[in-house]
Amino acid sequence: MSWQTIDRTTVAEEQLGPGLSDAVRDKVRGFFPRYATKQAALLPALHITQNALGYVSLQAMRDIAELLELTPAQVLGVVSFYTHFWTHPKGRKTIVLCRSLSCELMGGKAVKDAIQRQLGIGEHETTPDGRYSYMTEECLAQCDDAPCMLINEKMHKRVRAEDVERLLADENNDKLDIPRSDLFDAPPEG
Amino acid sequence: MPYEKILMKHFGVPNSTALEVYKADGGYEGAAFALKLLPEEVVDFVKEAHVRGRGGAGFPAGVKWSFLPKERDITYLCVNADESEPPTFCNRVLMENDPHLLLEGILVAGYATRSSVAYIYMRGEFTELFHIMQKAVDEAYAAGYFGENILGSGYALDCYIHRGAGAYVCGEETGLIESLEGKRGWPRIKPPFPAVAGLFGKPTVVNNVETLACLPPILARGLDWWKSLGTERSRGTKMYCVSGPVNQPGCYEAPLGLTVRELIYGEDFGAGMRDGNKVKAVFPGGISMGVLRGDVFPKGTDGDVDTTQDFDELDCKLDFDDVKRYDLLGLGTAAAVVVPENADMRDVLHNVARFYALESCGQCTQCRDGTSWMYRIAQRILAGAGRPLDLDLLEELTQNMGMMPGMSICGLPDGAAWPIRTLVRKFRPELERHIADQNSDAAERCVRETNAAAYDLPILGDKAATLAPGAAT
Ligand SMILES: Cc1cc2nc3c(=O)[nH]c(=O)nc-3n(C[C@H](O)[C@H](O)[C@H](O)COP(=O)(O)O)c2cc1C
Ligand code: SF4
Ligand code: FES
Repeated sequence: MSWQTIDRTTVAEEQLGPGLSDAVRDKVRGFFPRYATKQAALLPALHITQNALGYVSLQAMRDIAELLELTPAQVLGVVSFYTHFWTHPKGRKTIVLCRSLSCELMGGKAVKDAIQRQLGIGEHETTPDGRYSYMTEECLAQCDDAPCMLINEKMHKRVRAEDVERLLADENNDKLDIPRSDLFDAPPEG
Repeated sequence: MPYEKILMKHFGVPNSTALEVYKADGGYEGAAFALKLLPEEVVDFVKEAHVRGRGGAGFPAGVKWSFLPKERDITYLCVNADESEPPTFCNRVLMENDPHLLLEGILVAGYATRSSVAYIYMRGEFTELFHIMQKAVDEAYAAGYFGENILGSGYALDCYIHRGAGAYVCGEETGLIESLEGKRGWPRIKPPFPAVAGLFGKPTVVNNVETLACLPPILARGLDWWKSLGTERSRGTKMYCVSGPVNQPGCYEAPLGLTVRELIYGEDFGAGMRDGNKVKAVFPGGISMGVLRGDVFPKGTDGDVDTTQDFDELDCKLDFDDVKRYDLLGLGTAAAVVVPENADMRDVLHNVARFYALESCGQCTQCRDGTSWMYRIAQRILAGAGRPLDLDLLEELTQNMGMMPGMSICGLPDGAAWPIRTLVRKFRPELERHIADQNSDAAERCVRETNAAAYDLPILGDKAATLAPGAAT
């Protein structure tokens, strides 16, 4: 319930979730020279964290706060402002479906129904097997190919409701066919 | 193609994102020319060219730069690549196909404003695009277009891509600055303007991607050539977007002043409507600029524009001035979304109202509450429980929010008021008809659908089901 305040200072250890590894901290520090303040590295830090942990845990917020010399509340404030960041674990692949006008006029609602039926989940939920999480977002600036959706980094264009089953079954539906930059990614393990 | 392409010149060229391809066609020559001048001379040059901002407000770039204080140690350049206004995608298309055109524009603007760092604020949903741009930035660094002593001029500029994370309001220039500083993207109260105290408290210039991309060709080809394009007040070309059920949705370059009808029906543009449908409505400048009536309405008898009459308005010219005659807020992003004749305007109203309600940052009362109030009314009308009074209520709400009545920090609520007001005014007969045709039990059903929590308050316990009106007891 939204009107019940959560006392985040006395959350039990196991609910704090995972923290940042040394490799992630180093990667975040790599952004410091770009900006006049450490605080400005917060969005890059959150991107890197979410790529490493799958979401931004409470412990990660505390660690980031320490690293950037902020309070955990400041970090939480920023995390909750941006729709990209998840504060609870999400699946391996995240589907982001456009809900704005061009996509809706071109059949976006049918695609939305097809995805929800196929996965059996609602918005901001994750399938029990942890494969997919699902959310909608305003215009993705791909309106010429409406309706469109992202699966992780891959943009799927002119999606039709009848394509959804095949699309979601495809193992490679998040693979890009261009060279990637790993600047905002989590560093490799070990 | 009937028009010379300037910004989209390299589209379709194989491997157009690569530096050597860009350089082979005169790339970075405009910047080389600029770096031989004094920064102030470049500012005067761009002022003279009267390049009006493509980000929405249409403010001339050179004039904006001249607001920077004379005495300053550090200056920042922010490139607005947040492009979140539905249904706009011209910045994306430009960066996707010709990233070096933008980077050259950044070098020119950076030099003119004596900036030491340029930040490209790119929205978080641009994932594939990020990799393309980052590769181009790396190439430009390696070739000496960024870094120390650029082209032997002694000028140094760093360029970084800063990724956003999903918030429309971060496209507003001070929201963008706050977001860059690692805060919630809350627009700032102005003054002080960014030119005086912007990013990290230093003088800052914020420019749109397309604005900056106009600069290299002007410097390379001269003012006379540029002045031959279009009129004094609306000069140069624009990347128009058209989407919705047209035969060729996409981004097309043409001189400012294209009519909406040409954009939808022209062979080189939208190429007409799918399935022979007619146009019911068009949002011609991004949804925030308001709506025009389509050609399901009859043509007016003479050339006069009278927006109180139900006439076809597709002859509206997309430049910085003509749009005002049609009750639109401005040119905006010149991105049109076409609503076909078989669409229900209640759906359109609902979709548009939702956008602003969910994207308002919540700092200003009339924006936060006004947009969500409009959204709730739109939900009510869509659920079949609208009241005739609701249309007046919507109109009244739109009169009382935004910067124009002087009530808000940023322009988001003006952009919310315009589409809702013009939609209610121009499509009132249709909305009234829907409301008149509603079932009488709709009101209760609507409350159940849109505000289920009203039946689920803890105070009612398990009595909720029996207390609800119409519940079987
Ligand atoms: C709510 C809101 C959202 C905006 N979003 C964008 C945007 O996504 N991209 C953009 O270039 N300008 C956007 N603007 C306009 C900017 O505030 C600013 O005017 C523009 O970046 C200036 O660039 P220009 O002078 O080159 O046009 C937005 C303005 C408002 C009020
Ligand atoms: S007008 Fe709206 S979006 Fe702009 S600062 Fe105020 S509340 Fe935020
Ligand atoms: S409306 Fe869906 S991408 Fe723009």
